[in-house]
Amino acid sequence: MAEGKRPLPQPTPETQHFWDGARAGELRLQVCNDCRHTYFPPRPFCPKCSSRNVAVTRASGKAKLHSYVIHHRQAPGFDPPYAIAVVELAEGPRMMTNIVGCPQTPEALQLDMPLEVTFEKQNDEISLALFKPAT
Amino acid sequence: MKPNTIAVVGAAETTDLGVIPGLSQIQLHADAALNAMQDAGLKATDIDGIATAGETPNTIAHYLGITPTWADGTSVGGCSFMLHVRHAAAAINEGLCNTVLITHGESGKSRVAVTPRPPFPGSLTGQFEAPFGVAGPPTQFTIPVLRYMKTYGITEEQIAMVSVVQREWAGRNPRATFKTPITVADVLSSRMIAYPFRILMCCLVTDGGGALILTSAERAQDFPRKPVYIVGTGESVESPLISQMADFTSSRAFRVSGKKAFDESCIKHGDVDHLMIYDAFAHLPLYGLEDLGFCKPGEAAGFIGSRATAPGGKLPLNTNGGGLSYMHSGMYGMYALQESVRQMRGIAAAQVEGAKISVCHGVGGMFAASGTIIFSNEKI
Ligand SMILES: [Zn+2]
Repeated sequence: MAEGKRPLPQPTPETQHFWDGARAGELRLQVCNDCRHTYFPPRPFCPKCSSRNVAVTRASGKAKLHSYVIHHRQAPGFDPPYAIAVVELAEGPRMMTNIVGCPQTPEALQLDMPLEVTFEKQNDEISLALFKPAT
Repeated sequence: MKPNTIAVVGAAETTDLGVIPGLSQIQLHADAALNAMQDAGLKATDIDGIATAGETPNTIAHYLGITPTWADGTSVGGCSFMLHVRHAAAAINEGLCNTVLITHGESGKSRVAVTPRPPFPGSLTGQFEAPFGVAGPPTQFTIPVLRYMKTYGITEEQIAMVSVVQREWAGRNPRATFKTPITVADVLSSRMIAYPFRILMCCLVTDGGGALILTSAERAQDFPRKPVYIVGTGESVESPLISQMADFTSSRAFRVSGKKAFDESCIKHGDVDHLMIYDAFAHLPLYGLEDLGFCKPGEAAGFIGSRATAPGGKLPLNTNGGGLSYMHSGMYGMYALQESVRQMRGIAAAQVEGAKISVCHGVGGMFAASGTIIFSNEKI
């Protein structure tokens, strides 16, 4: 069994909307109203054109497995071996996550496999966006 | 920077490398600095510029007894020292100081009085990577490689070959930590750390330090050692989050830094006699060879497999044994610079006969930063 607890994020004023979304079961990205760039991680301006004219948008939750490692050593809150993955969202941005509902093996974890988001509650404030094989 | 205007006149590592429980982090800086000062025939009072990472420049200047008119605390990980060389060259040319000392010291293994690096839960890493079980470089630096392998059809055997060839170089270096030859089978049967990386594809964890002293090429003629000229420099940074690296098959920081250094120097790839590419993990020389332009995308593994970078090959690479076999205290860039300087002085353990141009390429963070220095023992 996993020992300890996984490190949890501390939301900041600029990222609070993302964590509020995760708690509500929504994956939230931001989109630039000037150049239409969709981006992550959160910040109150567009990293492509520097505009402050940006809006929060709800992502579809669909993604593909972009790359990963399978960690074989102990880490707080994890039961090795476990995969640390980067997924590419249907909307374009990538994010780090864990893949659940699937064996943590190279055979089961094929690059570009379709995934969908699932939220795992950590406490009353924080839920994490994890991904599982798409049904 | 302007090529050929600045030279290395002092260079040294700590007296010992490896496991040094008797020295704290700050004294590893000082031990290397004193050795470099002796190499250059200087005392602390002769130095008026200080640059360091891991410790602050004020800490090192005070500890050594230096009164600087220029200080640089650029700290972007293991390539910080490449950036220090570049910044120091500009500072000397601008007249901000005359003689710069750059120090590194790290008690990576023994952990005596080290600078803590706590994960800060409100940082971007703390919010968007730490919750998913990352545990330092072996689980972050390594994440892009499966995408690289799939894109170019690279095998685990080919990645393992990087470690095998570097061990061959280490076998020629009495100061290397690991000298016993290894095979691809040895690498692929070694303990799994973070699939697809096994322990023999990961760098060492050791104690040590190094220091460089730079001054103008004009003044360099008056020092005891033959000057090693700086003929090209580059630097760049990308993202503190490995998940946000723009392209998992190529480092933007590598490409920008390398191109800048080559453009400054006006040398061509065929002119390069000796190459150092910071190898915290076995995939880094592959990215480096491609992003610096020595190989086309996807061809570096075949290049290493052809023994082009091995002893006797046309492009000797990581001739000290690298971070995989020589030593790696955490911020390895200083040791890559030291080996380039030794090769240019003609005193390396595995000396490349007649080498005139050495390219030294560093990485910082997890593909987060890069610095490239091109050295020559002649003005070019
Ligand atoms: Zn925009």
